[in-house]
Amino acid sequence: MTASWIGFAYLLASALFILGMKRLGSPRTAPAGNRMAAVGMLIAIVATLFHEEIVRFEGIVAGATVGALIGAIAAQRVKMTAMPQMVATFNGLGGGASALVAGAELIRLAEQGVAPSPFVSVPIVLGTLIGAVTFTGSFVAFAKLQELISGKPTVFPLQHLLNLVLGLGLLGLGGALILQPEELRLFWTILGLAGLLGVLLVIPIGGADMPVVISLLNSYSGLAACATGFVIQNHALIIGGSLVGASGIILTQIMCRAMNRSLANVLFGGFGATTTRTGAGPASATGPVKSGSAEDAAAILDAARSVIIVPGYGLAVAQAQHVVRELGDRLIQRGINVKYAIHPVAGRMPGHMNVLLAEADVPYELLIEMEEINPSFPHTDVALVIGANDVTNPSARDDPSSEIYGMPILEVDRARTVMVCKRSLNPGFAGVDNPLFTLPQTMMLFGDGKKMMEEVLRAINEI
Amino acid sequence: MEESFALIITIFVLAMFVGFEVITKVPPTLHTPLMSGSNAISGITIIGALISAAAENITLSSTLGIIAVALATVNVVGGFLVTDRMLKMFTSKRSKENR
Repeated sequence: MTASWIGFAYLLASALFILGMKRLGSPRTAPAGNRMAAVGMLIAIVATLFHEEIVRFEGIVAGATVGALIGAIAAQRVKMTAMPQMVATFNGLGGGASALVAGAELIRLAEQGVAPSPFVSVPIVLGTLIGAVTFTGSFVAFAKLQELISGKPTVFPLQHLLNLVLGLGLLGLGGALILQPEELRLFWTILGLAGLLGVLLVIPIGGADMPVVISLLNSYSGLAACATGFVIQNHALIIGGSLVGASGIILTQIMCRAMNRSLANVLFGGFGATTTRTGAGPASATGPVKSGSAEDAAAILDAARSVIIVPGYGLAVAQAQHVVRELGDRLIQRGINVKYAIHPVAGRMPGHMNVLLAEADVPYELLIEMEEINPSFPHTDVALVIGANDVTNPSARDDPSSEIYGMPILEVDRARTVMVCKRSLNPGFAGVDNPLFTLPQTMMLFGDGKKMMEEVLRAINEI
Repeated sequence: MEESFALIITIFVLAMFVGFEVITKVPPTLHTPLMSGSNAISGITIIGALISAAAENITLSSTLGIIAVALATVNVVGGFLVTDRMLKMFTSKRSKENR
């Protein structure tokens, strides 16, 4: 079918994908790795253009031009804080493209009056199902992250039953399509209902769980490409799709572990839907809270020998990355040992906080992962927590009755002094009180993260 | 047909193994670029889209193919470019000076 040299070009492309991803093993080699993968993609695309079935180029040129323009502009313009939305959107587009390719192949076979064997029709059904769920699910994830719709779980009675019926119905329709591949109405029905299922599966998942959802949808977009590869018997599609599928599965596991939740619990738990969040003000915390001024904080920081900065997503919301980096630099200039502690779910997607800090020019050598930095807290003078809450909550470690018990945390409470910069005592995403705020060694710095850090920086400069 | 199916299943399973091996070695610092970069790779579905889109006669099938080409191109072009943009931040001038 395909000329053998095209097959070799696909082999080269697949090898470049694997080598490229291997180079993502270190920040130093990663840019070259990404370019290698891009070259692999270019080789695969150019080789495909020589495929015997490619006769008309107008449609390709039109589609590719529109797509390339949108992709390039989006890649240039997107803010690093909006990266999860962008990745969600791209997952969705990839899944959608795979579903359409599966459908196009089914229709082409029907137009030619060829009845596909189950080896082709089964992956067509799978590609359509996974692709359509990824497409709509990703756009719901996008809307939640962009706060176009509420980040709270949308739950209604008999939701799981409805999803189950819909899922089983889709399997039945898929079986029917495999038996009657010429019945195209079945395909359109599957496409539509799978799209509906994608929406229904993501709406009950809370905004805080989006890192898991994006990772899972990332995996789906790869698996959809894989299924399409089975349809058109293309090795490059299968290898590329598998790599992405594997990557998404690994990231999903890492995110689940970081929140101490099972995947089933994230997908079907509706976490946070039932917990009522307490209002603003100290009413939600018990015990005396010690609050300090920027000057107090500056004096303590200046006297410290070691400081660990613990950034949370609140820091990015307040756009405080740059001033925090300046503060960190100033402390380093004064001979203080400064590190940044990164919890796996500090941002809105895997590795998000690292990108936000890299954008602010914090050297990646100073960004230390949770397991590695936790043993350092007991001999650290100051832990400076900015915009992070649940990931520092000691009850996750100490209180078996806590809702977040068992979630791995950054053990900031073991530092000699803890400073927490926060707008108020409101509980975080999980809606759980944080006893860290009432510890004797904790000083609260109430205010907007950016303004407060600017004041601390100014106060330090005056010392 | 069955023989070639066994072959592509083999490729699929082996590729999954390679994927797990390679990706477990990516440090958490680079997980966001890993996602956006792998996202671009999932745009490989563009190959299937190209073949469907370029059939001799314009039909429903080739129309779906053209839409798929557009979607997959956004994925490929946007994915690689945004990953490059991010990775450059990790190796900015300052980082190099500090090394």
